[in-house]
Amino acid sequence: MAQQTVLNATHRALGAKMVDFGGWDMPINYGSQIEEHHAVRSDAGMFDVSHMTIVDLHGARTREFLRHLLANSVDKLKVSGKALYSCMLNAQAGVIDDLIVYYLAEDFFRVVVNAATRDKDLPWIEQQAAKFGVKVTERKELAMIAVQGPQARAKVHSLLTPGTRAQAEKLGKFVACEGDGLFIARTGYTGEDGYEIIVPERQAVDLWNKLLQAGVKPAGLGARDTLRLEAGMNLYGQDMDEGITPWEAGLAWTVVLDDERDFIGRAALEKQKADGVSRLMVGLVMDDKGVLRHGQRVVTAHGDGEILSGTFSPTLGKAIAFARVPAATGGQAQVDIRGKLVPVRVVKYPFVRDGKPAQHI
Amino acid sequence: MNEIPGDLKFLKSHEWARVEDNGTVTVGISDHAQGLLGDLVYVELPSVGDEVQAGNACAVVESVKAASDVYAPISGKVTAVNSALSDKPETINEDAYGEGWIYVVKPSNLAEEQEELLDPDAYAELIESEEH
Repeated sequence: MAQQTVLNATHRALGAKMVDFGGWDMPINYGSQIEEHHAVRSDAGMFDVSHMTIVDLHGARTREFLRHLLANSVDKLKVSGKALYSCMLNAQAGVIDDLIVYYLAEDFFRVVVNAATRDKDLPWIEQQAAKFGVKVTERKELAMIAVQGPQARAKVHSLLTPGTRAQAEKLGKFVACEGDGLFIARTGYTGEDGYEIIVPERQAVDLWNKLLQAGVKPAGLGARDTLRLEAGMNLYGQDMDEGITPWEAGLAWTVVLDDERDFIGRAALEKQKADGVSRLMVGLVMDDKGVLRHGQRVVTAHGDGEILSGTFSPTLGKAIAFARVPAATGGQAQVDIRGKLVPVRVVKYPFVRDGKPAQHI
Repeated sequence: MNEIPGDLKFLKSHEWARVEDNGTVTVGISDHAQGLLGDLVYVELPSVGDEVQAGNACAVVESVKAASDVYAPISGKVTAVNSALSDKPETINEDAYGEGWIYVVKPSNLAEEQEELLDPDAYAELIESEEH
């Protein structure tokens, strides 16, 4: 029996088509995935992401612990509420998971990890945390709703009390505040402005319904996937896993090789960097009709690669993908679609910026 | 659920076939199938003149979510394809049994192959049982 979020009955009442997603019964769409996609790009949409795992870390040595646990540096987090995206690596520099960490106080950080990786993440975090005397608490009683799109913040603001609203209005990007019982973070997974709101389960249905009344369109995991891919954001399990390092997953920007910080996987990362990285993650755009899919073979002048995440981009009206290819790959490649080699352009991502196709696409 | 037109016959894999007055057979995918696939974004059509064999894949429909083969319900020579689908694949979502037709064949073994197909009631029962 798949696990259900507190919003399960609400989704069903809205006519959602439900699917199993990493052991959770989640909405893939509420009718049309493409309409939901456009709603987020042009107005405001909301996603139930309560299946994600929220973990609170308490203890005097929490920052020191996170300096060891994460490949990105929590030293960047200086103001309470500030968030950071990071990989959590194993000793071989393979990616155990990607996550967001929020700095709340020196003895209190909050981490949000993926749902599908919960069962391996928690033991790993606990094992490392023990050495630093950090207490790890999973917050199962918290739900999470992502409200995304150019009008998302204004619509959320309309529901807040004046004090909370004032705080939210002045939030910078990648910062969170608390008020009205909510943890309101200006983060997301769509490339649009908006919030990810952590809400106690008992308030979650009410918040969802108020957002609905404020004109926020429910959107499913299908639209979430096309939005994040257009925005150039990795999906764990598809674009990287424990056999892939951040160098090979387009995540070098999240790795900080600062002075002496002894984080897990650092030695292996430095070695791979010195030896040379043979495979890189690139973006592909196909101008011919059709759809790029996970697992398709990419043919280049320097050898074969493969498509990681592939989809039809509703904003561009053509197929886009992430692929892992030989490092020397130039601007052109071909993809094997049902035995036919179809030309694709190798491009830098994101594919979509500020709701519009990126310049070079 | 949408009404299934009474003059259609179905494959278990959700293709429909309609015998026209002139003896040709029009083929598409069912309304149930388009619902399962979600928003369609690409249709790979057969070519006019192709010989298709009943039970073999002869077209592909792709939604954002997945690619799915379309199997021929009836053998024969393709005499027309719905090229409008190239630019508007979503027509299948909107009108699977009408404007969303995929191709037409001149059948080579209609009498026998027709017997193998499900009538609308049997097909409705099939999708009912798949849903529960």
